[in-house]
Amino acid sequence: MRRIVCANPSLFLVVGLLVVWQVVFWLVGRNALLPPYETMLYLARLLQTARFWGHIEETGIAFILALIISVVAGLAIGLGLGMNRVAAEVFEPFLLAGNSVPKIALYPIVLLIFGIGMPAKIAFGAIHGVVPVAIFALTACNNVPPILFRTAAAMRLSRWDTIRSVLLPAALPDIFSGIRIGFSLTLIGTILGEMFGSQRGLGFLLMTAIGLQNIQVIMAVTLLLVLVAATVNTLLLLQDRRLRNPGGPSR
Amino acid sequence: MRIVLYRLLAVLLPLALLEILCRVQIIKPLTLPAPSRIVLGLWMVIESGTFNAAILKTLTNVGLAAVLSVVAGIVAGAAIHRASVLRALLEPLFSAYYAIPIYAFYPLLIIVFGLGDVPQVLIGFMLAVVSMIVSTLAGLDSVPPVLGKTARVMQLGPVATMRSLTLPYAAPYLFTGVKLAVAYAFIGVIGAEFIMSGTGLGYEIRFAYDNLDNNIMYPLILLILLIAVAINMSLDHWERLLRARRGRT
Repeated sequence: MRRIVCANPSLFLVVGLLVVWQVVFWLVGRNALLPPYETMLYLARLLQTARFWGHIEETGIAFILALIISVVAGLAIGLGLGMNRVAAEVFEPFLLAGNSVPKIALYPIVLLIFGIGMPAKIAFGAIHGVVPVAIFALTACNNVPPILFRTAAAMRLSRWDTIRSVLLPAALPDIFSGIRIGFSLTLIGTILGEMFGSQRGLGFLLMTAIGLQNIQVIMAVTLLLVLVAATVNTLLLLQDRRLRNPGGPSR
Repeated sequence: MRIVLYRLLAVLLPLALLEILCRVQIIKPLTLPAPSRIVLGLWMVIESGTFNAAILKTLTNVGLAAVLSVVAGIVAGAAIHRASVLRALLEPLFSAYYAIPIYAFYPLLIIVFGLGDVPQVLIGFMLAVVSMIVSTLAGLDSVPPVLGKTARVMQLGPVATMRSLTLPYAAPYLFTGVKLAVAYAFIGVIGAEFIMSGTGLGYEIRFAYDNLDNNIMYPLILLILLIAVAINMSLDHWERLLRARRGRT
């Protein structure tokens, strides 16, 4: 038993969660939850309607743009600070504090600046994602052994070549972890952004369903979000491990 | 010292720029009032005491969520550390956990528990507890095997071993967990209040936004930022003290 569980923990985890879900459903009853099977069925039905795909498309576009902004801006900030010791020391506390702030409190400001619509969603998603990407990139730079930079100096590499062929390869695993976490947070930020002052998207769907107490929609959309987030995160995690452990076993 | 000066400049220069932009009306007061006005507004909000109940409510719920998640996280972490099969099972959940939009569960919690404090505390708890469990596991992993042998030589039971040996050894890791748990509890509670609730700071900001009442909204946002940063910085400070003391001995 032990060996079987340890061989594919994810499979058993999914089965275990489904069992817990079903048991909780039996405990709290039909007016609060849907059982797993019916939720999947309802989600499958939703996925056959064009309207639902319109919401997915809206969220997807906002999310992808927000993710691009998060990664590009985060790497620029993180690597920029990582290359400059004084700047890193000055700005690092701001980055860390930015991580502990409830960004949802900033949402009204985002709405006032960008107005209601796509730009506000993208900005709010990017606000969530950019900080972890920057923090991880900065830490990655600090963790590169100094001897590598001395080697680069000894070989008279230009600044650009040092970044390209020394800093980036050495810092890549940590940078990738940051992007993985930035991915999750950007998704959360985009969905949150759609929950207020928005007319389309999965977050809007969730918010209207809350108002109508439409449990079917809430559960189906939540399931879809969890499935997408967990799947992509697992794939990124596998790649992450491969980067950290090149040539080793892929697990 | 020079670093501190730079940090001050890094805060003050953008603020001064904003102040000027607002004063000459390049940024309209409907978008952002001048920073000096926001600070003045914050002073008035605190002095008048209109929002004391909301502030107290939010801080109580954050405190509840934080304490619950720290206690539950340490207990669960210690239990999972001993049960290796359970750990193998839960490890993928922990690594994927923060990719899950926890707020999506808030509507369900409202339906189950009603629109009170319970769903808000639970959202804070759900966000915070996993980082506490993961930190506890990391801390217990760091305990050198020789301490386990010592415990056996002293004939300590499993609970006594935890209490007087492994948990104190793992203290720095646990503290990192506490720091994360407090931050997540704060984020969770404020977020839940903002999405849907009847009291609390998050709710008041939402209310002020819906009424376009910038004179209240911006001071309250500033208040939340100040509280979050102050908590974070003081925990950071303690953490550094704790680690420094470890480094000496």
